[in-house]
Amino acid sequence: MSKEIKNQYMSLLGQYLKYQTERNLYLGQNFSRKLVQKNITPEEVISIHKESLEEIYSGSDNFTEDMRNALDFLTEFMIQYGLALGKQKNLLKKQEEMDHELELAANVQKTMLKTTIPEIEGLSLGSVSIPARKMNGDYVYFQGDGKRFVGIGVADVVGKGIPAALCMSMVKNGLDTLGQPSISPSYALDVLNRIVEKTVDDNMFISMFYGRYDLTQSIFTYASAGHEPALVFKEKTQSFIELESEGLLLGVLPDVHNLEKNINLETGDMVIIMTDGVTECRVDDRFIEKAELIDLIYKYKDQEPQQLAESIHQEIEMLSNFNKMADDLTFVILKKED
Amino acid sequence: MDCKLEINEKENKVMGKVNGEVDAFTAPDLRDQLLEVELKKGMLVELNLEGVSYMDSTGLGVIVAFYKNITAKGAKLKLTHLSQRLQRLFDITGLSGVIHIEKEGAVGDHERI
Repeated sequence: MSKEIKNQYMSLLGQYLKYQTERNLYLGQNFSRKLVQKNITPEEVISIHKESLEEIYSGSDNFTEDMRNALDFLTEFMIQYGLALGKQKNLLKKQEEMDHELELAANVQKTMLKTTIPEIEGLSLGSVSIPARKMNGDYVYFQGDGKRFVGIGVADVVGKGIPAALCMSMVKNGLDTLGQPSISPSYALDVLNRIVEKTVDDNMFISMFYGRYDLTQSIFTYASAGHEPALVFKEKTQSFIELESEGLLLGVLPDVHNLEKNINLETGDMVIIMTDGVTECRVDDRFIEKAELIDLIYKYKDQEPQQLAESIHQEIEMLSNFNKMADDLTFVILKKED
Repeated sequence: MDCKLEINEKENKVMGKVNGEVDAFTAPDLRDQLLEVELKKGMLVELNLEGVSYMDSTGLGVIVAFYKNITAKGAKLKLTHLSQRLQRLFDITGLSGVIHIEKEGAVGDHERI
């Protein structure tokens, strides 16, 4: 510690010993702030204090041996406080750095995984995907050729946060490489499974739904790799169908052949694809029931798909009492128009 | 969450019982406990999930990793007493087609005959 600090402290202390005024106390407080900035530890302050007293009382009997010993004891005593303080400062600094990096990573993720909703006459699409934390473990992928085919992928990586988000870029790259809206859903999932199985850890996996809509035939073809079943709303009968499918999660076994199924869509029919953040949403102490979800969709069914997805999301948020969402939440809606 | 494992060396069998919620917070504990099982060729590991009130995808990840490890070592995994909710989770994810799951009552039916 520098001599300058000691001298300054001594002069402040000397002043206060002579005149116990508010102003002298205030000057001391300001000086202590300066010492914190300079990383002077508590035990160092006590030792400065002791040395200052030695000088102030030199030649007098007022500063006794007992007081000296007591201050030595206090110096030793404060060492642990100093260490703890240093550690805490370090942690705070590290946390700031991490927060900053996470922010950057979330931005990179947003840019990297950006997908544009294709515009095609005769079909409208809506999509909402809200992460539970900074980074999203759900992923929505759209591709369209502007004429006949639209491909939609919805994926959910086990776990949340950064590891899940990193995995997502693998799915995107796989789909980009396959790169055709006309691709068969089961084939797309077979290929993705091979990529994921080779790359990820044993306890990681991805559930994924992939659907392709063919505008010329009004047929929606879909396959699911362990994903929450999608719902179809039939306008004519005003009823819902669950698109059951028995595919295995991506990344569990190396060679999997997924089956695909077809469903005919008529004007006004909707396909609703979601992630388990929706069905695993907790309402008080229970989970939201499928029937409640269907009621919600029915309530807003006349809205445009994008609006509908947003309305449902808002209602679910309200149902879960604005608890911090336990899981990432995603809704994609496809509607056949005239 | 708690997990009790009983190892029967003689029969080359491990009986386990898991209780409580298996989620992102408790799944690492379960994984650590399952890692302690010394897997041997031909060993049967039976996990009773009757007391599992909730399992999320992280919990499922632990079971999948355990299953992969068991298969790689030439041992076998069997899950028993799944609640309806849990059974649905294994059905939707396609895992019930891969991992041996004893359906409720199946043993009882067999014994009656």
